Amino acid sequence: MTKALISVTGQDTTGIIAAVATKLSDLNINILEISQTILSGCFTMMMVVDLDGAGLEYAVIDEALDPIRKDKKLHIHMQRMDIFDAMHRV
Amino acid sequence: MIETGEILQTMQMIQQQNFDIRTITLGINLLDCSHPVAEACAARVYDKICMTAKDLVKTGEAIERELGIPIVNKRISVTPISLICQGDPRPIAKALDKAAKEMGVNFLGGYSALMQKGATKADERLVESIPEVLATTERLCSSVNVGSTRAGINMNAVRQMGQIIKKTAELTADNDSLGCAKLVVFCNAVEDNPFMAGAFCGVGEPECAINVGVSGPGVVKTALEQVKGQPFDVVAETIKRTAFKITRVGQLVAREASQRLNIPFGIVDLSLAPTPARGDSVAHVLTEMGLEKAGAPGTTAALALLNDAVKKGGVMASNHVGGLSGAFIPVSEEIGTIEAAAAGQLTLEKLEAMTCVCSVGLDMIAIPGDTSAETISGIIADEAAIGMVNSKTTAVRVIPAVGKKAGDTVEFGGLLGFAPVMPVNTCSNADFIARGGRIPAPLQSLKN
Repeated sequence: MTKALISVTGQDTTGIIAAVATKLSDLNINILEISQTILSGCFTMMMVVDLDGAGLEYAVIDEALDPIRKDKKLHIHMQRMDIFDAMHRV
Repeated sequence: MIETGEILQTMQMIQQQNFDIRTITLGINLLDCSHPVAEACAARVYDKICMTAKDLVKTGEAIERELGIPIVNKRISVTPISLICQGDPRPIAKALDKAAKEMGVNFLGGYSALMQKGATKADERLVESIPEVLATTERLCSSVNVGSTRAGINMNAVRQMGQIIKKTAELTADNDSLGCAKLVVFCNAVEDNPFMAGAFCGVGEPECAINVGVSGPGVVKTALEQVKGQPFDVVAETIKRTAFKITRVGQLVAREASQRLNIPFGIVDLSLAPTPARGDSVAHVLTEMGLEKAGAPGTTAALALLNDAVKKGGVMASNHVGGLSGAFIPVSEEIGTIEAAAAGQLTLEKLEAMTCVCSVGLDMIAIPGDTSAETISGIIADEAAIGMVNSKTTAVRVIPAVGKKAGDTVEFGGLLGFAPVMPVNTCSNADFIARGGRIPAPLQSLKN
């Protein structure tokens, strides 16, 4: 399983979670975990997803999130979970 | 399961504390490219590099994107050219520079000669060509090994390198003597160093190998900010923990690159490599320990602790540790040393003392343009002696900036940054350098 962390930050507006989740669903990417909060007025969401279902190159998936980045003026950052596992787990 | 706090810590390290992978360096063995005709050798060299490294930059960029960590440089190191060159080495230099541009790497290292015990004819031809080659190529880096614990110090080579550095400075005078920034003189040079300008692919290396260098002084400094005023036991432990995390990412990147390029993983270099950016300084790690500036009494001890703790933390995080693996304290590439040197608090002599306990030596130090070749040779001899006696790598990369005097500034741009011109001791050593010959290997070389 290729797991990735998707972090989403920006101005809170209606439908951010829906937009991201819908796009991931369209790509056949399963959401494994989700946490969301508002930090000092800033929408902050972290998702752990399984990329394998998409069957697409990593760069293609990342670029597929561009319309949401643009439309909702959000910072959406995707990185493989391996970097966190490497750094924090022996 | 990874906790939110851990995720945020990683993100902060990358986004706010300048943590990055400094380089993926592909070592390429060129021993099979030798040919009696220089042009034919150059063509073989060019073809082999382009064939082996064709996916290096693309792969590095893909890993960078997926793991969300910058991989600042993708570079190539090759077999010391004096070992494959049977005639004029200059056509090979041109081919190397062209291959570096074609592959999209910013530096290629290995225009090198290993002369610790003496020079071959090929070594002599290569060393003589260094000033012209560094003035007429853009991305090629050169290094010469003049001593080792096993062989002693080749004082003929030391004398010659003083002259070569002067000539290189003169031929690149229009550019603040930039050529000297691409030339390193080593004692105990290592074969798998991924860092420029001293990288080359040693004779004991395989056909090709992936070597990775990490960065992260900003991360170490931030970690130490949390233990202000606490004893050194706590400082060392904090550095070890941080170095472990940094190195694990280096190992991950090295493994990914190795798998995707189908090239064996060589080593992860544990050095903390600084940049001129604020917050990315080894000197500021030292000041965080309680020194006003790098250079204050206590600096050498602080550096010794840092260097040792980085190794202890890093060594468990990687299958194979190698390269230089120590803290870098260049002057031009590092804001903390620049500031301390400009304020007169960090002198050449103190830097020399610091090199007794860290890896690299006198690195990227601008000195007055009228410094004599003999003085430069003396500086090289002193550093080589430290390396030889302590069984460690030392190096000299000084820039006698033409037309500049102590207190002026030289500007190289980019990663190389800028540097204050530091005063040197001008007391004559001409008779000492004129002697030549070899300083015998020390007793500690007889370990068998």
